[in-house]
Amino acid sequence: MTHNVTRRRVTKTALASTALVGMPFVHGARAAGSISVGFWDHWVPGANKATTELVNEWAAKEKVEVKIDYITSQGNKLLLTIAAEAQAKSGHDIIAMATWDPADKADALEPVNDIMDALIKQNGTVNGTVEYLGKQGGKWLAVPATVGSQIKGPCSRIDLMKKHAGIDVQAMYPAGSPPKADDWTYDTFLKAAEACHKAGHSIGIGLGTTSDSVDSVGAIFHGFGADLVDAKGNITVKSDNVRQALDYFKRLVAFLPPDAPAWDDASNNKWLVSGRGAMIMNPPSAWAVAKRDAPQVAEQCWTHGMAKGPKGRFGPFLPFFWGIWNFSKNKAAAKSLVTFLSQPSSVEKMVVASGGYDLPSFSKLTTLPVWANAEPPKGTLYHYANPHDHQTLSIAAAPAPPKIAQQIYRQGVQTKMVVRHFQGESAEKTIAWAASELEGFMRT
Amino acid sequence: MADIAVSRAGTVNGAGGRTSLHRLMQRKSTVAFLMALPLITVIVLLVVYPAIYSLHLATLNKSMERFVGFGNFTFLFGRETFWLVVKQSCIFAITAVVFKALIGFVVAHFVHNIPSKGQRKWRGMLLVPWVIPPAMSTLAWLWLFDPSYSAFNWILALFGIDPVPWTGDAYWARFSVILVNIWIGAPFFMIMYLAALKSVPEQLYEAAAIDGATWWQRIWYVTLPMMRNIIAITTLFSLIVTFANFDIVRVLTAGGPLDHTHVFATWAFRVGIEGGDIPLGASVSLFMVPILAVAAWFILRDITKRGNEA
Repeated sequence: MTHNVTRRRVTKTALASTALVGMPFVHGARAAGSISVGFWDHWVPGANKATTELVNEWAAKEKVEVKIDYITSQGNKLLLTIAAEAQAKSGHDIIAMATWDPADKADALEPVNDIMDALIKQNGTVNGTVEYLGKQGGKWLAVPATVGSQIKGPCSRIDLMKKHAGIDVQAMYPAGSPPKADDWTYDTFLKAAEACHKAGHSIGIGLGTTSDSVDSVGAIFHGFGADLVDAKGNITVKSDNVRQALDYFKRLVAFLPPDAPAWDDASNNKWLVSGRGAMIMNPPSAWAVAKRDAPQVAEQCWTHGMAKGPKGRFGPFLPFFWGIWNFSKNKAAAKSLVTFLSQPSSVEKMVVASGGYDLPSFSKLTTLPVWANAEPPKGTLYHYANPHDHQTLSIAAAPAPPKIAQQIYRQGVQTKMVVRHFQGESAEKTIAWAASELEGFMRT
Repeated sequence: MADIAVSRAGTVNGAGGRTSLHRLMQRKSTVAFLMALPLITVIVLLVVYPAIYSLHLATLNKSMERFVGFGNFTFLFGRETFWLVVKQSCIFAITAVVFKALIGFVVAHFVHNIPSKGQRKWRGMLLVPWVIPPAMSTLAWLWLFDPSYSAFNWILALFGIDPVPWTGDAYWARFSVILVNIWIGAPFFMIMYLAALKSVPEQLYEAAAIDGATWWQRIWYVTLPMMRNIIAITTLFSLIVTFANFDIVRVLTAGGPLDHTHVFATWAFRVGIEGGDIPLGASVSLFMVPILAVAAWFILRDITKRGNEA
C-alpha cells in the first residue's frame, strides 16, 4: 500500500485541523450524548412525574439528552418489551425489570458491581431476595429500583379482626414501635380465617396463577420450609414440609372465598375496598384506592407483617430493578443516571410520590417518615417497609435457581398444588404431579 | 392499459438490453407483480420472516445456544400439561366453530327473510360483536363473569339460584371461554352465509316449490349445496383463527383454573415469554401448523374440484 502525500492533501489537512482547533466548544444539551430509558408505568397517579423530574434534573446537570418511555406492565407489555429488546439487541439503554427478568436476561445485561458496591456502602445492605434475583456468580446484573418494589404483606381491617377474630392488629404492630407479634402464628392466622369466614368477612387470599396469589401462597410455603427445588436445582418437593404446607392449606382454603382459584391481581383489592374482606395480602395500593373510593374502609386498614410458620416469618417481597443492556451505546451515562436515582434524596422523592407504595431495597432507607405519617388511620403504613426487620423478605419459588424458580412462579405451581389438594386430590398425587412439572422446568 | 402504454415506449427504444427490459415491463404479470410488491414486502416482513424465525427458534435449546432439532417437540410430547392443552384447544376450536356455524346459519336465514328495507339495521346490529376488538368485549364479559361480583350471578340470585363459578370451575370456565368466542365469531358466519344466501338463484326455490319440496327439502337440496363452498371456506378460516385464539382466554381466565382453559397461544405465551423458554413456546405455537395445513389442503382441494366440475 502506498501513501501519496500531495500538496493538495497537505493543504486540506492543515485547513481542517485549523478549523477544528479554532472552533469554540459549545456545551450543548447533548454534550454527553443521549440515552433512552424504559421505566415501569406506575399505578399511582403522579408517581411517574416525580421520576421524570428527577431524570430531568440529572440530565440538565450532566448535559445528557434523555428520552423516557413509561411502559405499562398491564398485558405484560413491559415483559414483551424486555424480551423483544434482548432478542433484537437494540432498544432502551436502561430498562425497568420485574423480579425474574434480570436473571432471565443475564447474558444481555451490563454488570453493575461498581454501582452496587458504592450504593451498598452508602445506603446499607440489600436483603437476600434482592441478592438472589439481582446477582449471579458474584456479578450484579441490575440495580434494585425503588419504583415498583413492594412487600405484599397483610392489610387487615382493624374493626373486623378485633370483632370477629379477637385480634388487635394495631396493638400487635404498633405505629412507631417494634412489633409485639410473637403470638401471630399460622395457627392464630387459621383461627382468625375461620372466625372471619363464619362472620361473612373471609380473609381474601387468591389461589390463581397471577402474582398476588403466587406471592401469598409462596410466603406461607416458606413458613413451612416447603421448598419445591433447592438452591442447587434438586427437586425437593417430596418432603414432609411440603405435605405439612398442603395439609395447612387444605384447612385454610375452606375459609377463603369459594371463588379464590379464579382470582386475579385485582380481585383482592376489590375484596378489601368493597368492605367484604377482613384481610388481604397486598401493597398499600388497595388501601390508597379505598382512601379515595371507600374512606370508611380505608380508615380501618392496617398494614402489618405476616404470621409466623414453623420455619420462620416470611413476607412476600417483589423488587423491581433497573438494568442496563450490554448493547447500550452510552453505558457511562446510564450508570450515572441509575446511581443518581438511587441516592437517598431521589429515593425519598419517589416513595413520597407513590404514597408510600414504592420500597427502596437498601436497609438504611426503610424508615422514611412517609410510612409513619401515612393516614388514615395514622401509622397505617408504619410497618409496611419492614422497618424492624421483623420478617424475612422472600419470593415464592426461592431458593430454586432463578431460571427454574421463574417457571415455578409463572406457572403458579404452588397455588395449583393447593387447589388440587383442596379439591380432593391426595397429597401424594399432588406432589407427584408437581414433581413431574418440576422435571420439565430443568431444561437448559 | 398498461400494455399499450409500455408497448409504445418499447418501440421507441431500440437498444438490445433496454428492449428486453421493456419487453419484461410490457407483460401484464410484471405490472401486476410490481403493483403487489408493497403488499408482498409487508407479508414477507411481518408474516414470512417471523414464521421462518419461529421455526428456527423451535429448533434451539432453552438458552438458544444449541441446535436440538425436534428435541423441543419430543420434550413436549412427554408433558402431561401439553396434552391437556392439545385436548382443550381441540374442544375449544371445534365446539366454538360448530356453534358459530349453526348460529350463523340460522341467523342468516332470519335476516335474509327480513324485508330489505329494515335489513340493513339488523345486519349492522348483529355485526357489532364481531366489530368490537375482542380484548375489549372480553373485558366486559369478564365483569359479567367476575368471581365475586358477577352480574349473571346477581340475576340468578334474584331467582334463588346459587352462584355459578363461571371462571373458577374448570368446566364452567371452558364453557365461558367458548361462549364468548361464539358470541364474537358468530356474526362473521352470519354475514358470510347471508351473502351466500343472496346469491342462490330464486328460480331454484321456485322450481323446488313447484315440485312440492318441503321447507327442510329446500334447505337440504337447494340451499346447502349452493352454499357448500362458502361453508367450507368459512369453517376452515374460522377453525384456523379459533385454534390460534389468544385474547379471549388470556383476558377471561388466563388459562386457569388449573390450566383447564389454556389453548396453544396462551400456553405458548406462558411458557415462552413468561417462563423464559422462548424455543419451547415457539414449538407449542407451531404444533398445530402441519395439522391445520393438511386440513386446509383437503378442504381447498375439494373446493377447487367442485369449482372445476361446475
